[in-house]
Amino acid sequence: MTSFVQGRRLTIALTGEIDHHRAAEVMQTIGQKIAEYLPKVCVLDFRDVTFMDSSGIAVVIRAHRRMHELDGTVLLRNIPPQPWKVLHAAGVERIAEVERSVPV
Amino acid sequence: MKKTENYMLLEIPSRSANESFSRSAVAAFAARLDPTMEELGDIKTAVSEAVTNCIVHAYPNEIGVIQIKCKILSGNVLDISIKDHGCGIEDLSKAMRPLYTTGSDERSGMGFTIMESFMTSLKVTSKVGKGTTVHMKRKIVDRGEKR
Repeated sequence: MTSFVQGRRLTIALTGEIDHHRAAEVMQTIGQKIAEYLPKVCVLDFRDVTFMDSSGIAVVIRAHRRMHELDGTVLLRNIPPQPWKVLHAAGVERIAEVERSVPV
Repeated sequence: MKKTENYMLLEIPSRSANESFSRSAVAAFAARLDPTMEELGDIKTAVSEAVTNCIVHAYPNEIGVIQIKCKILSGNVLDISIKDHGCGIEDLSKAMRPLYTTGSDERSGMGFTIMESFMTSLKVTSKVGKGTTVHMKRKIVDRGEKR
């Protein structure tokens, strides 16, 4: 997973299939990067996510908790239709800002 | 009773690396129903949730067997049953409640809710000490109806 920082904004590009098999690794990477850069906004970019199940919801909840501790927020962007359906079913808009630019 | 037009049986050990394989195998089996990307995504998601439940909850401390049975029924219906011989679920209605989980904070508690909302029907039977079967159906909209 690649990431970049602009000011206090940390962007992490998620990739591939996010399921239970990979969730721990993805959570750990996000946690490490947040701890390293202490951002105000953590952007999770879903452009290259090819599949996501409810494990991805737990990933977003975890990122939200870490950012909440830092008085920061989570922004989700470029979410393809399949991951969006899962995130939306869980009401993810309640804990993260959502920027959708990928057409449904 | 609907006629079975095709079927497949798949048996896998409850290793998390098999989550991806099992949902892809079911998607490949369903392909002849000519599903849309959305229908395929829904099916893969539901299968992934059910198989993950077997791995995380049915066999928490061991590698057990997961049996996946898929049928294509007349009327463009995909019928999937996912069975384990694991620990079983004590309180089904509690387990199926949104956000309820006995798993670690790597789990969201949304598995059954997603299976229920992404599939046409969902039936779960479970016996403590014997195992759990998740039975799901999904009607695939006929190509003629889609266009």
